[in-house]
Amino acid sequence: MKGLLGRKAGMTQLFNDNGEAVPVTVIEVGPCYVVQVRTPEKDGYRAVQLGFGPAKAKHLTQGQQGHLGGAGVPLLRHLREIRIREDDTYEVGQLLKADVFAAGERVDVVGTSKGRGFTGVVKRYGFAGGPHTHGQSDRERAPGSIGACASPGRVWKGTRMPGHMGAKRVTSQNVEVVLVDVERNLLAVKGSVPGPNGGLVLVKESRKSRALKQIPGQKIARGGK
Amino acid sequence: MNLVESLERQLQANPNIPELHSGDTVKVHLHSVEGERKRVQVFQGTIIRVRGGGASAIFTVRRIASGGIGVERTFLLHSPRIKKIEVLRRSKVRRAQLYFLRDRRGKAARLKELRK
Repeated sequence: MKGLLGRKAGMTQLFNDNGEAVPVTVIEVGPCYVVQVRTPEKDGYRAVQLGFGPAKAKHLTQGQQGHLGGAGVPLLRHLREIRIREDDTYEVGQLLKADVFAAGERVDVVGTSKGRGFTGVVKRYGFAGGPHTHGQSDRERAPGSIGACASPGRVWKGTRMPGHMGAKRVTSQNVEVVLVDVERNLLAVKGSVPGPNGGLVLVKESRKSRALKQIPGQKIARGGK
Repeated sequence: MNLVESLERQLQANPNIPELHSGDTVKVHLHSVEGERKRVQVFQGTIIRVRGGGASAIFTVRRIASGGIGVERTFLLHSPRIKKIEVLRRSKVRRAQLYFLRDRRGKAARLKELRK
Protein backbone atom coordinates (compact mmCIF):
# COMPACT_ATOMS: atom_id res chain seq x y z
CA MET A 1 0.00 0.00 0.00
CA LYS A 2 1.39 3.33 -1.08
CA GLY A 3 0.25 6.75 -0.05
CA LEU A 4 1.23 10.39 0.06
CA LEU A 5 -0.18 13.52 1.60
CA GLY A 6 -0.38 16.64 -0.49
CA ARG A 7 -2.04 19.87 -1.30
CA LYS A 8 -4.37 20.43 -4.22
CA ALA A 9 -2.73 23.10 -6.36
CA GLY A 10 -5.35 23.56 -9.07
CA MET A 11 -6.52 22.33 -12.42
CA THR A 12 -5.17 22.70 -15.93
CA GLN A 13 -4.91 20.58 -19.02
CA LEU A 14 -2.10 18.60 -20.59
CA PHE A 15 -1.77 16.98 -23.98
CA ASN A 16 -1.24 13.25 -24.40
CA ASP A 17 0.68 11.53 -27.16
CA ASN A 18 -2.35 11.58 -29.44
CA GLY A 19 -2.56 15.33 -29.13
CA GLU A 20 -5.73 15.12 -27.05
CA ALA A 21 -6.21 17.52 -24.18
CA VAL A 22 -6.50 15.78 -20.81
CA PRO A 23 -7.99 17.72 -17.88
CA VAL A 24 -5.81 17.27 -14.83
CA THR A 25 -5.65 18.30 -11.21
CA VAL A 26 -2.19 19.21 -10.03
CA ILE A 27 -1.36 18.01 -6.53
CA GLU A 28 1.72 19.12 -4.64
CA VAL A 29 2.60 15.85 -2.91
CA GLY A 30 5.09 15.39 -0.19
CA PRO A 31 7.80 15.23 0.67
CA CYS A 32 6.19 13.08 3.35
CA TYR A 33 7.89 11.52 6.33
CA VAL A 34 6.99 8.25 7.99
CA VAL A 35 6.31 9.39 11.53
CA GLN A 36 5.16 6.13 13.06
CA VAL A 37 4.70 2.50 12.06
CA ARG A 38 1.80 0.70 13.70
CA THR A 39 2.24 -3.02 14.20
CA PRO A 40 -0.25 -5.71 15.19
CA GLU A 41 1.85 -6.59 18.21
CA LYS A 42 1.85 -3.11 19.66
CA ASP A 43 -1.23 -1.45 18.21
CA GLY A 44 -3.42 -4.29 17.04
CA TYR A 45 -3.30 -3.21 13.39
CA ARG A 46 -0.85 -2.46 10.62
CA ALA A 47 -0.46 1.09 9.36
CA VAL A 48 1.94 3.91 8.77
CA GLN A 49 1.51 7.46 9.95
CA LEU A 50 2.58 9.95 7.31
CA GLY A 51 3.43 13.55 8.03
CA PHE A 52 3.37 16.46 5.61
CA GLY A 53 3.86 20.21 5.52
CA PRO A 54 6.33 22.32 7.45
CA ALA A 55 5.05 23.78 10.69
CA LYS A 56 6.39 26.26 13.19
CA ALA A 57 6.93 25.16 16.75
CA LYS A 58 4.41 27.68 18.02
CA HIS A 59 1.66 25.99 16.06
CA LEU A 60 2.22 22.58 17.60
CA THR A 61 1.64 21.38 21.12
CA GLN A 62 4.50 20.01 23.18
CA GLY A 63 3.00 16.58 22.76
CA GLN A 64 3.03 16.86 19.00
CA GLN A 65 6.58 18.17 19.05
CA GLY A 66 7.68 15.28 21.23
CA HIS A 67 5.97 12.78 18.92
CA LEU A 68 7.70 14.21 15.83
CA GLY A 69 11.03 14.69 17.61
CA GLY A 70 11.03 11.11 18.76
CA ALA A 71 10.61 9.98 15.17
CA GLY A 72 13.52 12.19 14.12
CA VAL A 73 11.52 14.11 11.54
CA PRO A 74 11.07 17.88 11.11
CA LEU A 75 8.02 19.63 12.54
CA LEU A 76 5.03 18.73 10.40
CA ARG A 77 1.59 20.19 10.21
CA HIS A 78 -0.50 17.27 9.02
CA LEU A 79 -0.48 13.63 10.11
CA ARG A 80 -2.57 10.88 8.55
CA GLU A 81 -2.49 7.12 8.75
CA ILE A 82 -2.87 4.62 5.96
CA ARG A 83 -3.29 0.90 6.34
CA ILE A 84 -0.47 -1.19 4.90
CA ARG A 85 -0.03 -4.80 3.85
CA GLU A 86 2.02 -7.39 5.64
CA ASP A 87 4.87 -7.29 3.15
CA ASP A 88 5.16 -3.50 3.06
CA THR A 89 8.32 -2.22 4.66
CA TYR A 90 8.28 1.25 6.10
CA GLU A 91 10.77 2.70 8.54
CA VAL A 92 10.26 5.60 10.88
CA GLY A 93 11.91 8.71 9.49
CA GLN A 94 11.73 7.48 5.90
CA LEU A 95 11.21 10.20 3.31
CA LEU A 96 8.57 9.62 0.61
CA LYS A 97 8.49 11.61 -2.59
CA ALA A 98 6.23 11.80 -5.63
CA ASP A 99 8.06 8.89 -7.27
CA VAL A 100 6.20 6.33 -5.17
CA PHE A 101 3.61 6.68 -7.92
CA ALA A 102 4.18 6.25 -11.63
CA ALA A 103 2.34 7.73 -14.59
CA GLY A 104 -0.47 5.45 -15.75
CA GLU A 105 -1.15 4.08 -12.27
CA ARG A 106 -4.59 4.30 -10.66
CA VAL A 107 -5.02 6.03 -7.33
CA ASP A 108 -7.73 7.13 -4.91
CA VAL A 109 -7.66 10.75 -3.82
CA VAL A 110 -9.23 11.60 -0.47
CA GLY A 111 -10.09 15.18 0.36
CA THR A 112 -12.55 17.36 2.20
CA SER A 113 -15.21 18.69 -0.14
CA LYS A 114 -15.95 22.39 -0.35
CA GLY A 115 -18.40 23.45 2.35
CA ARG A 116 -21.71 24.69 1.01
CA GLY A 117 -23.25 25.62 4.36
CA PHE A 118 -26.95 25.11 5.01
CA THR A 119 -28.43 24.46 1.59
CA GLY A 120 -31.88 23.87 0.25
CA VAL A 121 -33.11 20.78 -1.42
CA VAL A 122 -32.63 22.04 -4.98
CA LYS A 123 -28.87 22.45 -4.58
CA ARG A 124 -28.40 19.58 -2.15
CA TYR A 125 -30.39 16.82 -3.84
CA GLY A 126 -31.12 18.23 -7.27
CA PHE A 127 -34.87 18.59 -6.68
CA ALA A 128 -36.65 20.43 -9.45
CA GLY A 129 -38.42 22.93 -7.22
CA GLY A 130 -41.95 24.02 -7.88
CA PRO A 131 -43.61 25.80 -10.80
CA HIS A 132 -42.61 29.39 -11.45
CA THR A 133 -45.85 30.52 -13.00
CA HIS A 134 -49.58 29.77 -12.95
CA GLY A 135 -50.26 31.81 -9.84
CA GLN A 136 -47.56 30.25 -7.69
CA SER A 137 -45.92 32.11 -4.87
CA ASP A 138 -43.02 30.97 -2.65
CA ARG A 139 -42.80 27.64 -4.53
CA GLU A 140 -39.74 28.08 -6.74
CA ARG A 141 -37.27 26.13 -4.63
CA ALA A 142 -39.69 24.29 -2.36
CA PRO A 143 -39.23 20.56 -1.69
CA GLY A 144 -42.87 19.61 -2.29
CA SER A 145 -44.49 16.82 -0.31
CA ILE A 146 -42.47 15.15 2.44
CA GLY A 147 -44.84 12.27 3.00
CA ALA A 148 -48.40 10.96 3.26
CA CYS A 149 -51.14 11.96 5.73
CA ALA A 150 -52.48 10.04 8.73
CA SER A 151 -50.68 6.89 7.73
CA PRO A 152 -47.84 6.92 8.77
CA GLY A 153 -48.67 10.21 10.47
CA ARG A 154 -45.02 11.25 10.58
CA VAL A 155 -42.12 11.97 8.27
CA TRP A 156 -39.96 8.98 7.39
CA LYS A 157 -36.41 8.97 8.63
CA GLY A 158 -33.92 9.78 5.91
CA THR A 159 -36.33 11.97 3.96
CA ARG A 160 -34.27 14.37 1.88
CA MET A 161 -34.62 17.85 3.32
CA PRO A 162 -32.54 21.02 3.56
CA GLY A 163 -29.41 20.87 5.68
CA HIS A 164 -25.69 21.14 5.76
CA MET A 165 -23.85 20.17 2.59
CA GLY A 166 -20.18 19.68 1.78
CA ALA A 167 -17.11 19.96 4.03
CA LYS A 168 -17.12 16.19 4.23
CA ARG A 169 -14.55 13.53 3.52
CA VAL A 170 -14.89 12.53 -0.14
CA THR A 171 -12.84 10.03 -2.13
CA SER A 172 -12.31 10.20 -5.88
CA GLN A 173 -11.77 6.57 -6.77
CA ASN A 174 -9.69 4.99 -9.49
CA VAL A 175 -8.15 8.18 -10.80
CA GLU A 176 -5.39 7.91 -13.38
CA VAL A 177 -1.98 9.44 -12.67
CA VAL A 178 -0.98 11.41 -15.75
CA LEU A 179 2.29 12.97 -14.73
CA VAL A 180 4.85 12.63 -11.95
CA ASP A 181 7.45 15.31 -11.31
CA VAL A 182 9.78 14.32 -8.51
CA GLU A 183 11.85 17.48 -8.62
CA ARG A 184 8.94 19.77 -7.96
CA ASN A 185 6.96 17.16 -5.98
CA LEU A 186 4.06 17.32 -8.37
CA LEU A 187 1.49 14.78 -9.31
CA ALA A 188 -1.09 15.39 -12.02
CA VAL A 189 -4.17 13.19 -11.91
CA LYS A 190 -6.87 13.01 -14.53
CA GLY A 191 -10.08 14.81 -13.71
CA SER A 192 -11.16 16.57 -10.57
CA VAL A 193 -10.38 15.99 -6.94
CA PRO A 194 -12.45 16.93 -3.87
CA GLY A 195 -11.79 20.15 -2.00
CA PRO A 196 -10.63 23.68 -2.67
CA ASN A 197 -7.27 24.63 -4.12
CA GLY A 198 -4.78 24.50 -1.28
CA GLY A 199 -6.78 21.82 0.52
CA LEU A 200 -5.11 18.80 2.07
CA VAL A 201 -5.51 15.58 0.08
CA LEU A 202 -4.39 12.03 0.63
CA VAL A 203 -3.34 10.12 -2.47
CA LYS A 204 -3.20 6.36 -2.12
CA GLU A 205 -3.20 3.25 -4.21
CA SER A 206 -6.59 2.66 -5.77
CA ARG A 207 -8.61 0.02 -3.98
CA LYS A 208 -10.50 -0.84 -7.14
CA SER A 209 -7.47 -1.65 -9.25
CA ARG A 210 -5.40 -3.04 -6.41
CA ALA A 211 -4.68 -6.76 -6.36
CA LEU A 212 -7.40 -8.62 -4.51
CA LYS A 213 -5.12 -8.96 -1.52
CA GLN A 214 -7.30 -6.81 0.69
CA ILE A 215 -6.07 -5.74 4.04
CA PRO A 216 -7.70 -7.94 6.68
CA GLY A 217 -10.22 -6.21 8.87
CA GLN A 218 -10.71 -3.26 6.58
CA LYS A 219 -14.09 -2.65 5.06
CA ILE A 220 -14.56 -1.98 1.40
CA ALA A 221 -15.71 1.56 0.81
CA ARG A 222 -19.17 1.75 -0.65
CA GLY A 223 -20.59 4.52 -2.82
CA GLY A 224 -22.62 7.42 -1.49
CA LYS A 225 -21.78 10.93 -0.54
CA MET B 1 4.95 30.30 -6.54
CA ASN B 2 2.07 28.95 -8.50
CA LEU B 3 2.55 25.30 -9.26
CA VAL B 4 -0.09 25.12 -11.91
CA GLU B 5 1.48 27.99 -13.80
CA SER B 6 4.90 26.45 -13.55
CA LEU B 7 3.54 23.29 -15.06
CA GLU B 8 1.84 25.19 -17.84
CA ARG B 9 4.99 27.11 -18.64
CA GLN B 10 6.65 23.79 -19.10
CA LEU B 11 4.48 23.20 -22.16
CA GLN B 12 6.89 24.27 -24.77
CA ALA B 13 5.50 27.12 -26.73
CA ASN B 14 5.27 26.09 -30.36
CA PRO B 15 7.72 28.37 -32.19
CA ASN B 16 5.52 28.21 -35.28
CA ILE B 17 2.60 29.92 -33.54
CA PRO B 18 2.72 33.72 -33.61
CA GLU B 19 0.65 36.00 -31.40
CA LEU B 20 -2.96 35.86 -32.55
CA HIS B 21 -5.68 38.47 -32.39
CA SER B 22 -9.31 38.65 -33.38
CA GLY B 23 -9.60 39.77 -36.96
CA ASP B 24 -6.41 38.10 -38.17
CA THR B 25 -6.68 36.11 -41.36
CA VAL B 26 -4.76 32.94 -40.75
CA LYS B 27 -3.78 29.65 -42.28
CA VAL B 28 -3.78 26.86 -39.69
CA HIS B 29 -1.69 23.84 -40.64
CA LEU B 30 -2.90 20.77 -38.81
CA HIS B 31 -1.47 17.30 -38.48
CA SER B 32 -4.26 14.89 -39.21
CA VAL B 33 -4.29 11.12 -39.17
CA GLU B 34 -6.53 9.29 -41.61
CA GLY B 35 -6.27 5.66 -40.76
CA GLU B 36 -2.67 4.84 -41.49
CA ARG B 37 -1.83 7.96 -43.43
CA LYS B 38 -0.63 11.16 -41.87
CA ARG B 39 -1.08 14.40 -43.67
CA VAL B 40 -1.21 18.12 -43.09
CA GLN B 41 -4.56 19.84 -43.37
CA VAL B 42 -4.94 23.56 -43.88
CA PHE B 43 -7.82 25.64 -42.57
CA GLN B 44 -7.85 29.26 -43.67
CA GLY B 45 -10.11 31.96 -42.32
CA THR B 46 -10.59 34.85 -39.95
CA ILE B 47 -10.09 34.57 -36.22
CA ILE B 48 -13.31 35.62 -34.56
CA ARG B 49 -12.23 35.03 -30.99
CA VAL B 50 -9.23 34.17 -28.83
CA ARG B 51 -10.10 33.14 -25.32
CA GLY B 52 -8.61 31.63 -22.22
CA GLY B 53 -5.05 31.64 -21.01
CA GLY B 54 -2.33 29.20 -20.16
CA ALA B 55 -2.64 25.65 -21.38
CA SER B 56 -6.35 25.92 -22.08
CA ALA B 57 -6.31 28.88 -24.48
CA ILE B 58 -8.41 28.43 -27.60
CA PHE B 59 -9.17 30.39 -30.74
CA THR B 60 -11.94 30.13 -33.32
CA VAL B 61 -11.46 30.55 -37.05
CA ARG B 62 -14.35 31.33 -39.38
CA ARG B 63 -14.20 30.70 -43.07
CA ILE B 64 -16.73 30.85 -45.83
CA ALA B 65 -16.87 27.47 -47.53
CA SER B 66 -18.17 26.77 -50.98
CA GLY B 67 -21.78 27.77 -51.41
CA GLY B 68 -21.35 30.69 -49.05
CA ILE B 69 -21.75 28.56 -45.96
CA GLY B 70 -19.89 29.78 -42.93
CA VAL B 71 -17.73 27.17 -41.20
CA GLU B 72 -16.22 27.80 -37.80
CA ARG B 73 -13.58 25.70 -36.19
CA THR B 74 -12.15 26.06 -32.71
CA PHE B 75 -8.56 25.03 -32.00
CA LEU B 76 -6.61 24.53 -28.82
CA LEU B 77 -3.79 27.06 -29.05
CA HIS B 78 -1.20 24.74 -27.51
CA SER B 79 -2.33 21.58 -29.21
CA PRO B 80 0.53 19.52 -30.59
CA ARG B 81 -1.69 18.81 -33.59
CA ILE B 82 -1.12 22.31 -34.87
CA LYS B 83 1.94 22.28 -37.05
CA LYS B 84 2.10 25.98 -37.69
CA ILE B 85 -0.03 29.07 -38.08
CA GLU B 86 0.58 31.73 -40.71
CA VAL B 87 -0.89 35.18 -40.26
CA LEU B 88 -1.79 36.50 -43.70
CA ARG B 89 -3.42 39.78 -42.71
CA ARG B 90 -4.24 41.74 -39.60
CA SER B 91 -7.43 43.76 -39.48
CA LYS B 92 -8.55 46.76 -37.55
CA VAL B 93 -11.22 45.55 -35.16
CA ARG B 94 -12.81 47.24 -32.19
CA ARG B 95 -14.01 44.21 -30.27
CA ALA B 96 -12.61 40.94 -28.98
CA GLN B 97 -15.35 38.70 -30.33
CA LEU B 98 -16.35 39.23 -33.92
CA TYR B 99 -19.66 37.39 -33.73
CA PHE B 100 -21.29 40.11 -35.85
CA LEU B 101 -19.57 38.56 -38.86
CA ARG B 102 -21.98 35.64 -38.62
CA ASP B 103 -24.87 37.86 -39.61
CA ARG B 104 -23.07 39.39 -42.54
CA ARG B 105 -22.21 37.98 -45.91
CA GLY B 106 -20.26 39.03 -48.96
CA LYS B 107 -18.97 42.58 -49.04
CA ALA B 108 -20.51 43.46 -45.68
CA ALA B 109 -18.35 40.89 -43.95
CA ARG B 110 -15.09 42.60 -44.87
CA LEU B 111 -12.70 43.95 -42.24
CA LYS B 112 -10.38 46.92 -42.66
CA GLU B 113 -6.72 46.06 -42.74
CA LEU B 114 -4.65 47.28 -39.82
CA ARG B 115 -2.02 49.91 -40.71
CA LYS B 116 0.67 51.12 -38.41
